[in-house]
Amino acid sequence: MEYEAIIGMEVHVQLKTASKIYCGCSTAFGAEPNTQTCPVCLGLPGALPVLNRKAVELGLKAAVTLVCDEIVERAAFARKNYFYPDLPKGYQITQFGAPLARHGRIEIEVEGQQKEIGIRHLLIEEDAGKLIHSEGESDVSFVDFNRCGVPLLEIVSEPDLRTPAEAHAYLAALKEVIEYAGISDADMEKGQMRCEPNISVRPRGYKEFGTRTELKNLNSFRNVERAIAFEIERHIGILERGEKVEQATMLWDERAQRASPMRVKEEAHDYRYFPEPDLTAVTLGRDLAAQIRAELPELPRAKRARFVSGYGIAPEQAAVCASSPAVADYFEAVAKACGDGNEAAKWIVGVVASAVNEGKWDVNAPSVAAEKLAALIRLVADGAVSGIAARENVFPAMLERPGLEPEEAVDELGLRQMSDEARLEAVVDRVIAANPGEVVRYRRGEEKLLGYFVGQVMEETKGRANPKIVNQLLRRKLASG
Amino acid sequence: MHLYRLGVGEIGRLLRKRVISARDITGAFFARIRAVDQSVNAYITLLEERAHAKAKEVDAKIASGDELSPLAGIPVAVKDNICTQGVETTCGSRILSRYRPQYDATAVARLRAADAIILGKTNLDEFGMGASNEYSYYGPVANPWDLLRVPGGSSGGSAAALAAGETTLALGTDTGGSTRQPAGLCGVVGIKPTYGRVSRYGLVAFASSLDQIGAMARSVEDCALLLSIIAGHDPRDSTSAALPVPNYHDYLTGEVRGLRIGVPREYFAEGIDPEVESAVRDAIDHLAGLGAEVVDVSLPHTEYGVAVYQLVATAEASSNLARYDGIGYGFRAEDFDDLAGMYSRTRHDGFGNEVKRRIMLGAYVLSAGYYEAYYLRAQKVRSLIRRDFEEAFASVDCLATPTYPTPAFRLGEKLDDPLALYLADIYNTSANLAGIPGISIPCGYTGDGFPVGLQLLGRPFDEKTLFRIAYAYEQTAEWRHRWPELDIPVRRSADGV
Repeated sequence: MEYEAIIGMEVHVQLKTASKIYCGCSTAFGAEPNTQTCPVCLGLPGALPVLNRKAVELGLKAAVTLVCDEIVERAAFARKNYFYPDLPKGYQITQFGAPLARHGRIEIEVEGQQKEIGIRHLLIEEDAGKLIHSEGESDVSFVDFNRCGVPLLEIVSEPDLRTPAEAHAYLAALKEVIEYAGISDADMEKGQMRCEPNISVRPRGYKEFGTRTELKNLNSFRNVERAIAFEIERHIGILERGEKVEQATMLWDERAQRASPMRVKEEAHDYRYFPEPDLTAVTLGRDLAAQIRAELPELPRAKRARFVSGYGIAPEQAAVCASSPAVADYFEAVAKACGDGNEAAKWIVGVVASAVNEGKWDVNAPSVAAEKLAALIRLVADGAVSGIAARENVFPAMLERPGLEPEEAVDELGLRQMSDEARLEAVVDRVIAANPGEVVRYRRGEEKLLGYFVGQVMEETKGRANPKIVNQLLRRKLASG
Repeated sequence: MHLYRLGVGEIGRLLRKRVISARDITGAFFARIRAVDQSVNAYITLLEERAHAKAKEVDAKIASGDELSPLAGIPVAVKDNICTQGVETTCGSRILSRYRPQYDATAVARLRAADAIILGKTNLDEFGMGASNEYSYYGPVANPWDLLRVPGGSSGGSAAALAAGETTLALGTDTGGSTRQPAGLCGVVGIKPTYGRVSRYGLVAFASSLDQIGAMARSVEDCALLLSIIAGHDPRDSTSAALPVPNYHDYLTGEVRGLRIGVPREYFAEGIDPEVESAVRDAIDHLAGLGAEVVDVSLPHTEYGVAVYQLVATAEASSNLARYDGIGYGFRAEDFDDLAGMYSRTRHDGFGNEVKRRIMLGAYVLSAGYYEAYYLRAQKVRSLIRRDFEEAFASVDCLATPTYPTPAFRLGEKLDDPLALYLADIYNTSANLAGIPGISIPCGYTGDGFPVGLQLLGRPFDEKTLFRIAYAYEQTAEWRHRWPELDIPVRRSADGV
């Protein structure tokens, strides 16, 4: 029998705020445990939450970015009650019943096929702390409350995904727009993006859904893809044997590359939601949504298309040039200043991208100003410096000494090309005169000797001759002997 | 001269004239506390050293001629569910025994900034849950008018401390009458301000949508002064109102002519003690005699008040008290096998029965399948109760009612009948549900000599009118100089100077 998987995705991203959602504590990653806490996020008796408006605005930005048809007018909060040591208040402040936004969508692409994935809802909530279990003889656990109260955006998709590849593409697309719009840094390694897929399998053609299982402990897109594939196969295996899939939360074990059910406590959770009495609802208003919409940056998909059509660059180049708003802005500034989008793209894809990868370039604070890179590109075009010298010598020098003008760099490094035809002609004439034997052989048809003559000219000029002109001169002179 | 009997104004005058020092006053109060509190049990924690240090500061300010706050050098008692930095804040519970907050509640910070002298933390029903102050891990509080009777609750410690001369001012809290009812039963003045008037930051939550910090004193003037210091917007409490606080003192004119006082007929229905009823009716007549216009009004949803209150308050409490889990602070049971066991043992041993009863009720009210029938329905009726008041206040400036249906009852008398205690909250809970202010002032005594309280309820943020009417009554009524004769062995001159 043929089966079809139905996949939905619950994603949490950390909203990009400097302080927590209900207090002034920092959200910076990696601090010593419990150094970023206060009575409010520790849930101490008597402390009260005060909403960080920025978190709501970022949530609203996500709602606009993900084209949600419904955005609430008043954002209200609710308590989700449960006991766990990482939850110091005994409840999480979240949204319930009336999430921030509903009915959004995002385009994904798998093997050249476009597909629209529905977004069921977006809601804002606070993160919990982190349990650290001591590894050793003593059976002790510690709690780090630094993460407590960090603002999260929950993004729940419709069950529109069908394959592990689609799930991967969905997460990549989501991460891209979320990052692009400045909603979250969405760094999975820092726990700023977490995903929990749910999977069910049914015989193809059936209307009814199968029993769902949920996957947890996925720390990379690759693991998400693998875990979903594993889980689909597991479900199919169960169905093939004529058994029933049991509803469960499955924990992915990266090392073993398999998912197994979480230690189940067979008690249905009743979160006893009720409206948070310590917070008043925030009126968002249409103006705010309109303002956010107006300020929204051009999203990657549109930007890539514009780069391809506007600058005549290849889609692969456009993908790199539009990989983040900062890179895109830089690319456009260089392209405009040098007047050659193609050359600008080549530089971004080649030289700048490697500098970024080597950690020598901060995309948010480029070490070489766009105008300077454009000037260098023009110097190459004008023949003042060779392309190779520009990439391998001039650019690294500029990288090391921000502020260095490309002209200066070329001269300091002695790389200015000789493009003066009269001077080059004299050198060419000398080389031809000094190698009569080779001239005769060339004229008899050994045209590969041209390289030998070029080499001689280069040696005479200490490599500074413009090879294009040298080639032209040599061909003419050798032919007309 | 009994220093402990003086009001804020008199103490202030003596301080400013340098007849006495703040240290004298502080010393006199601790002497009084030592003399009577073994019998009254109003305080859980005394802050003698800190109080003397503060008094020294105030004396230095007086000596250098600095400008003084009206509360400078004035003794204040703080109910023990209001956070005090570095000082035990037990909420009357074992689960917070030895718990020391890292911060001051906003109200406490304002008192400190005003140079008031905090004498100690007063006893209460555990987490504010009770109306007799018998549900405290630190023992019951006695009513200074009869040590065998309850002081009311949950701010029983604050009310008894005032009645016994163990402080000049006190902070209470009021979720369903907890400031007004003990004030009434102890013969002192207590106001529950409008919801949002005083910051709740640092008030350990019982029911967040009902809780307010109350001001308590022996006179209306002192009560108004205390409220003017602690009231006002606080950015740390999202539910606190960004409204200016009037100078309440300006409204203590003694003039009530032209004011309309409504008498809700539902508040004089069955169950009311005849002596209480006649004292309250006399007080209303007295106000009419002063020129106020008295009219009959109806608050038709009054009968649902207690039920709605119990649903809302227990629901919120079940969530608010979830944080006492033995993890980060407070009491933790020793004997457990796993996490669930730690939670249940800690909470089993850490909470008293009344608190557990309410947590269970509240969890039930919020549970799946019952939420709509109980919690949501209660919220709907709550709006009806609020509307009752809005309609009444369209035609009257305040409402006059009894504070409590009976005078103080005997310790232990209602311990086994929580329902009877809940039902007696009928006159108090509606004000919390509607968020309106209410004040209780003494309006006479029963034949056996137990105080009776008159409750005045007002429009939102119109505490000034309550103070105005209360003051006019108090200044012309005959009871304001009565003191209980505490039947206690006097070891030495307990009166300080």
